[in-house]
Amino acid sequence: MSATTQDHAHDHHDHKPGFFVRWLCSTNHKDIGTLYLTFAIIGGVVGGILSEIMRAQLNVPGNTIVTSGQEWNTIVTSHGLLMIFFSVMPATFGGFGNWFVPLMIGAPDMAFPRLNNISFWLLPPAFLLIITGLFLGESGTGWTLYPPLANITYEPGIGMDCTLFALHLAGISSLLGAINFITTIFNMRAPGMTLHKMPLFVWGELITAFLLLLAIPVLAGAITMLICDRNFGTAFFDPAGGGDPVLFQHLFWFFGHPEVYIMIVPGFGIVSHVISTFSRKPIFGYLGMAYAMVAIGVIGFVVWAHHMFVSGIDVDTRAYFMAATMVIAVPTGIKIFSWIATMWGGSIELKTPMLFAIGFIFLFTVGGVTGIVLANAGIDQIVHNTYYVVAHFHYVLSLAAVFTIFAGFYYWIGKMSGHQYPEFWGKVHFWLTFIGANLTFFPQHFLGLSGMPRRYPDYPDAFTGWNFVSSLGAYLGGIALLVFFYVLYRTFTSKEHVADNYWGEGATTLEWTVSSPPPFHTYAELPRIR
Amino acid sequence: MRASNRTIGIALVSFIAGMVGLSFASVPLYRLFCAVTGYAGTPQIGQAAPPGATRQVITVRFNANTNPNLPWDFRPVQEEIRLPLGDERLAFYTARNEAGTPVTGIALYNVTPDTAGKYFHKTACFCFNQQTLAAGQQMQFPLSFWVDPEIAKDPNTADIHTITLSYTFFRTLEDAAKSGALAEAGPHVGPLTRQTP
Repeated sequence: MSATTQDHAHDHHDHKPGFFVRWLCSTNHKDIGTLYLTFAIIGGVVGGILSEIMRAQLNVPGNTIVTSGQEWNTIVTSHGLLMIFFSVMPATFGGFGNWFVPLMIGAPDMAFPRLNNISFWLLPPAFLLIITGLFLGESGTGWTLYPPLANITYEPGIGMDCTLFALHLAGISSLLGAINFITTIFNMRAPGMTLHKMPLFVWGELITAFLLLLAIPVLAGAITMLICDRNFGTAFFDPAGGGDPVLFQHLFWFFGHPEVYIMIVPGFGIVSHVISTFSRKPIFGYLGMAYAMVAIGVIGFVVWAHHMFVSGIDVDTRAYFMAATMVIAVPTGIKIFSWIATMWGGSIELKTPMLFAIGFIFLFTVGGVTGIVLANAGIDQIVHNTYYVVAHFHYVLSLAAVFTIFAGFYYWIGKMSGHQYPEFWGKVHFWLTFIGANLTFFPQHFLGLSGMPRRYPDYPDAFTGWNFVSSLGAYLGGIALLVFFYVLYRTFTSKEHVADNYWGEGATTLEWTVSSPPPFHTYAELPRIR
Repeated sequence: MRASNRTIGIALVSFIAGMVGLSFASVPLYRLFCAVTGYAGTPQIGQAAPPGATRQVITVRFNANTNPNLPWDFRPVQEEIRLPLGDERLAFYTARNEAGTPVTGIALYNVTPDTAGKYFHKTACFCFNQQTLAAGQQMQFPLSFWVDPEIAKDPNTADIHTITLSYTFFRTLEDAAKSGALAEAGPHVGPLTRQTP
């Protein structure tokens, strides 16, 4: 091929449509990934502002920043839903998934590009509906939406319905995404890339897609029944009409428990790549890592009632769910130890992504251990609905999952933008986030063990000390977020361009073989995997 | 679109439709599961004939709850009955409508301990139907039940000597809607007040 035709071909690859068509009608997986990541940042910032308001309210007892219990409950609901559906999921599944699944498997794009566009554009209206519920102050159920509190009697406003419809839209968006990822991964891998040669991040996305496919329709069913109970006089969950409110809890947690793995499993993949890259070693026990994720996903579907230990289920059922829950520690342990074994004897470079990955391992282990504590039905009945639970799930989600997102961000931002982040400010961001997050949530273990219940805007004076510390941590975390924005600013205004593979020999997956940023259309010729 | 992509896409969409269907099917399935296994203390309902009295004796206690939305005074006539396993007995509850209008209610029921559910048989019960009481009317509600002698052989239930039968009477939704008596919002709605010590 002569130089001129190659130039011509390259030019053709990089032909981008105008602003409107490119960003609003986008069918390009990289652009949609960028949209998702931008959206995740917006969702995270709004959800983060809500958490700062909550911590400010709980800074001292008797505070009146939040003026009523209903207002408080509405903030709690929106914070939870925004962080789950509009920040973590768009970042790990939609954002990094769209960007890197096709690149890593050597596919030119996703299987259904137009569906991919719809997937994304269902999220902004869903987001607006959540915000409507928030500002109307009418969705004070918490993200778990339990009836009878979610019934028309106790949440009479339309804001609650807005929140429920928002979940419908976000759910459809995730389902379309899941269909797209499964089809892409099954059908469009480059020649020679068998399932057992697939990068672990792709494995993570594939498993997440299957979890979504099984879990989200059950949520959709449950909230449809709730909407009917609220507005059309049915009695699915109302005992006066022959229904059962505990059935909602079963349906919700059949979705809700896999949902926590939906948030963390793509992160497992990201962390595996980061740790392997910065230890300059292939990941320890590749197949074990992949099938540990499969095992976590499968077991995740048969443990849901450990969220319902105080709902009146009998002791044999509690014993089963307790044992099954603890079994999850086995594949999780395989993953933790394999990451450590990957680092063992490696030539470790503590760049920002690696710091976030190691931070993730620490936080996830802490959250996992408190999870095993909570899995004990006997202990759970004491600490159920206390701040101990809040501390546990924030350690595994708000900290561990978010740390995987930041690890992925720092790992790939050079690839995505063509500009490298400022290393110093990246490290400042890491340390502020790490200290802030631990300062916020570690004291909540103590609060929970001494009996402080969740979901109240106030507390007795005895809990003042650790609440004060926790609030200080939250403010520090807020400052860390500002540092992140400075990092973003410095990255995008940087004049320096990075090479195709700026991490060197440790980075072995296919995305490092294309330019940084990759051309608009990649892999006109499919790569071959040996 | 590649044909193979289309095939997988259609398969996945039908899978999603199946899961939505299953989540709705869970409503009758959950009820069926409880009825068959006696899960959560659900008594066995049906016309199965009691096998006849055995020598072992069990105590059945009676409990009554009334949802605040139902203006009835509902209580058991007898506190407890001691009966031989396998023998059918009759018991009574009484209810008086304290409202000035006719009110319709329906009772939900279970037994405690939960594991006794599959051995506790009800052959007739006022709780199988809605009950309407005229203004100020008092009525006795009968029920007929027996306890399966198998309860003494099952290692999970052999140590049970007392079963508590519990009813909660609710106003039916139609009646509540008709009379405008749907429940009011709770005290969590409204401005935050802090008690000063």
